[in-house]
Amino acid sequence: MKTHEYQAREVLARYGVPFPPGRVAETPDEAEAIARELGGKVVVKAQVHAGGRGKAGGVKLAGSTEEARDHARTILGSPIRGRLVRKVLVGQAVPISRELYVGVVLDRATKGVAMMASAMGGVDIEEVARSSPDAIVKVSADPLLGLADYQARDLALAVGLAGDQAKVFRAIAKTLYRAFLECDCSLLEINPLAVTEDGVLVALDSKMVIDDSALYRQPALAALRDTSEEEPAEMEAQRAGVNYVKLDGNVGCIVNGAGLAMATMDTIKAHGGEPANFLDIGGGASVDQIGAALRIILKEPNVRAVLVNIFGGITRCDVVAQALVGLIEERGLNVPVVARLVGTNAAEGRRILAGTDVLLVATMSEAAQRVVCLAGESRRVAP
Amino acid sequence: MSILIDAGSRVLVQNITGREGSFHTQQMLAYGTRVVSGTAPGRGGQEVEGVPVFDSVRQAVGATGADTSIVFVPAPFAPDAIVEAADNGIRLVVCITEGIPVLDMVKVCAHVHAKGCRLVGPNCPGVITPGQCKVGIMPADVYAPGPVGVVSRSGTLTYEIAGELTALGMGQSTCVGIGGDPVIGSSFVDVLTLFEHDPETEVVALIGEIGGTDEEEAAAFIAAKMTKPVVAFIAGKTAPPDKRMGHAGAIVSAGRGTAAEKIAAFERAGVIVGDGAEDMAQAIAAIVKERPVAR
Repeated sequence: MKTHEYQAREVLARYGVPFPPGRVAETPDEAEAIARELGGKVVVKAQVHAGGRGKAGGVKLAGSTEEARDHARTILGSPIRGRLVRKVLVGQAVPISRELYVGVVLDRATKGVAMMASAMGGVDIEEVARSSPDAIVKVSADPLLGLADYQARDLALAVGLAGDQAKVFRAIAKTLYRAFLECDCSLLEINPLAVTEDGVLVALDSKMVIDDSALYRQPALAALRDTSEEEPAEMEAQRAGVNYVKLDGNVGCIVNGAGLAMATMDTIKAHGGEPANFLDIGGGASVDQIGAALRIILKEPNVRAVLVNIFGGITRCDVVAQALVGLIEERGLNVPVVARLVGTNAAEGRRILAGTDVLLVATMSEAAQRVVCLAGESRRVAP
Repeated sequence: MSILIDAGSRVLVQNITGREGSFHTQQMLAYGTRVVSGTAPGRGGQEVEGVPVFDSVRQAVGATGADTSIVFVPAPFAPDAIVEAADNGIRLVVCITEGIPVLDMVKVCAHVHAKGCRLVGPNCPGVITPGQCKVGIMPADVYAPGPVGVVSRSGTLTYEIAGELTALGMGQSTCVGIGGDPVIGSSFVDVLTLFEHDPETEVVALIGEIGGTDEEEAAAFIAAKMTKPVVAFIAGKTAPPDKRMGHAGAIVSAGRGTAAEKIAAFERAGVIVGDGAEDMAQAIAAIVKERPVAR
């Protein structure tokens, strides 16, 4: 689960990470009031789940309260990287001498947690990783011992800090590591961690991504979810207990299993079509769940044809067929549907669908070929 | 011979009284798996499908000599179940459970490894050695005994490929679903190492997907260490960035973990990359027919 910058900031501030004073505003008036409190010189930052906000015009420096108000008016309600801005963070502008990076990530390759630091902060760290990989220092924390003191010292040395600054940096690094574990993060970073002209370390931006599987035990963090950032159809699918991701094509697909669902999308593409979605109904889905999945797909205006691709294991093909028949009886089909049913109770599933408008095929490539062809010809009819 | 499990494996089902645990106990028994015991804290003394239930793994192992376990314990309690198995002499733990917090698995993997126990999963369909033993939830009738080792991050896609292979008359030595989570007990490299040393395995089918670098590490291993041919397939060429594709681990993040990168890594390593299940099975069939190995 992604969080907004201001949310990550609030969480980290509670852990004692230093930030310049600032607050979130939803209107130009509020932004102006905050700017006045902070002395006028502020940074106004769009709060959306997207990187590269600066380049997209979502981060603006204001020299006065009036300018802060103008910037807030420009940014609020406008799209940044395709997302509507509903909130801005208004923070005191600080004179910066250096920008560092420090972050904690889940390191899949080592099955552990790694901490990274760089003297090249303030820019996209993935870009630094590509262009100058030597500029990033990475240490792997022992899963049972945690981040060792010497590792924090190594990171401070690597970014060129000494004396009191190094001490503060080490404290921030250890705090960040602790927050990462306690908040069940998969990513937690401060970028940039600025050294001001006065030599003080402050976090100017932070990013926190939380492991979805751990939300059940992180109710305070789960409450930070901003549903306005999410696709309504994806949320509806989540409530129905199926995995759905909206895409731009016109071939809807319903599949059991994540790998097969991805492979089905790839096969549609290989046959010259464009998938309208990823949809994995999971194992052992019920008639209701499959019905909900079908309705979500058929509601999408782009969808011109649907492919149902099931390799029954725990999932039973007859249950999938019943869900299809239920939907046909309830509202008819407004686009052609191609189904390939293999595995558990496949014969029964095919028998249930015989005599309906659903086109039954035997193989995945045949299914893709037919559905792509039908999507090209199909004109959507009102249900 | 086979890898991980065979007709002699003595299987313990953790949370045998649950809906999934009891159903798959019956399915595994029907396949011929020697399910010797189950656990369900507080329910010791009961039976499920004629299999004795114990309160703890210690009791179950002591009474029945189980050496392999399959975990159907819900996510909040599954890490403890895995540790309990590893601490009580189980040498292979297969964890089916989906949705375990990743940081729990970081600690569990380190502990299990230190105990000398092997973990497959979590969030996986399990392991099957066709004709001998099934420790998993896969539909058994698509598999047949034979020379192809199969290792995959995906469940249904494995059934798809096993089905294609079987239809072409090509059975499987062992099929291992390593799981779709970001942190898993056994990687592609771990399983490839076992297949390389398994006399029954002549060729390996590897099914990867977007996210992480496990496939890239497998490609490097194949180039450096493997003598047996490997045919690969990568799902998710059309997956958009920064979106989880069903599996917690299937995500292209910050432009890394794409199918294109993985396919390129395999091709550099001399691995044939199939364009789908049917294509992959055809490529394997061609290799098996060419190989002069007596079976």
